[in-house]
Amino acid sequence: MSRSDRTLRGAAAVVGVADDASPTGELDRTGRALEVAMVLAALDDAGLTLDDVDGVCHAESSMALAEYLGVHPRYTDSTMTGGSSYQVHLEHAAAAIAAGLCQVVVSVYASTPRSDRTHKRKRERRYPPGPNPLAEWEWPFGLRTPMGPYALAAARHMHEFGTTSAQLAQIAVSTREWAALNPRARHQAPLSVDEVLASPLQVSPLHLLDCCLVTDGAGAFVMTSAERARSLRRPPVYVLGAATCHDHMIISQMPDLTTTPGAVSGANAFGMAGIAPSEVDVLMGYDSFTITALLHLEDLGFCAKGEGGPFAEDGKLGPGGALPMNTNGGGLSFTHPGMYGMFLITEAVRQLRGECGARQVPDAQVAVAHGSGMVLSCMSTAVLGTEAVL
Amino acid sequence: MAGRLEPPQGAESAPFWEATRGGTLLIQWCSACNRGIFYPRSFCPHCLAMDGVLEWRTASGRATVYAASVEHKPAAGGSTFSDGQPYVVALVDLEEGVRMMTNVVGCTPEDVHPGQAVTVTWEPLSDGRQLPLFTPS
Repeated sequence: MSRSDRTLRGAAAVVGVADDASPTGELDRTGRALEVAMVLAALDDAGLTLDDVDGVCHAESSMALAEYLGVHPRYTDSTMTGGSSYQVHLEHAAAAIAAGLCQVVVSVYASTPRSDRTHKRKRERRYPPGPNPLAEWEWPFGLRTPMGPYALAAARHMHEFGTTSAQLAQIAVSTREWAALNPRARHQAPLSVDEVLASPLQVSPLHLLDCCLVTDGAGAFVMTSAERARSLRRPPVYVLGAATCHDHMIISQMPDLTTTPGAVSGANAFGMAGIAPSEVDVLMGYDSFTITALLHLEDLGFCAKGEGGPFAEDGKLGPGGALPMNTNGGGLSFTHPGMYGMFLITEAVRQLRGECGARQVPDAQVAVAHGSGMVLSCMSTAVLGTEAVL
Repeated sequence: MAGRLEPPQGAESAPFWEATRGGTLLIQWCSACNRGIFYPRSFCPHCLAMDGVLEWRTASGRATVYAASVEHKPAAGGSTFSDGQPYVVALVDLEEGVRMMTNVVGCTPEDVHPGQAVTVTWEPLSDGRQLPLFTPS
């Protein structure tokens, strides 16, 4: 990609973030109340108010959210791509701001599956309207979601490249080392490869500790133009590159189980940013399962295809390692309310603002927030950076 | 067999499901580009042809396992068709060049592996249609 294709580079910035999660896995608030708390906290972080908002993103209904908030946005985005929805919201918002469609965009997410279970609150399960290929071509065979599709991808990766369960387990171990530095993480106790391998098989080859958590969680981010960002409360975190790709909805339609559409979104986002993977200080790569994170390492170009296992095996993804990944403890050990992509953004932004305390990566200037939605279906990559790399 | 979520049947896939009543595995075929299509569609996703080119061909029933996993917690997934026993969920590549999800049955689940040759076998559904499963050849 040539420099002239860097259409969004530096045009917009994330100027406010908020998120909430607890070691108990449960939060007191739920639903819209939790969303409003996040929106207001993210705006306050930026030094803005609800009156400034003229763009609203929500993965179910930006219209319903805006009505509840009492704002009248001129930019609206209800894109729903599963866990990568928030990377897509960020990408779209950067484009909208760059094009002058709006000035201040907020995206918010809240989900409380764990306390819903505790309090026996009803949760609606919604599926896309229209024909449902999942029901016709996969559910009859007892495919358990979400782990079933990922287990198939892991099995194929092992077959093609000799990837081992111990290599996958090391990703969970390195991620837990980060979680130990995050007082809000659900699981903070040390974890060993042997413990991961001894945890019950769910869908082979994935063990329980290869799988993400089920916790309450919520978050929001606020974006505006680079120009306006410089006058706000926090150091701007610039969008250097952003790109999305999806190549299937259900796993049996995925062209190649060992290569995700992140190979496309990653290359395009890095190209737009003019940044190489070797220049990334913090990688926030959606870890719904250990295999998910491994595939990101390969598809984003941190290592060659098939080499994710050996790459992760030496622990370089943990604290003090060569490639700090999922520094908040990830979906594996921090929080995973269902669509975790929001937390990739809030953590990346805080790392670039130097606010992460014990888990702060020294001199972090470039961070990647790489979302994965549905069943390795929709990948969306955001390359973020400080003023120093703009 | 009880305990399975039985597949809905769309207009585009009706020939596929109706053929299963007689134990025939039909695959949608594009005569314009001579390629198989799965799942069935109203056009050819390979060459974009639409009218007068979509046919149905009887598949050989022979396939190769592309990826296989074993569901170790059927109850957690809400499946009761295996009587609580682990079962194989696999993706298989048919000789005709299309890939589908299935269960590989009639063998030890842990033995199913990519590259393995398998052959279609049928499991009756409650309405007389049958579900295509596969067994080692």
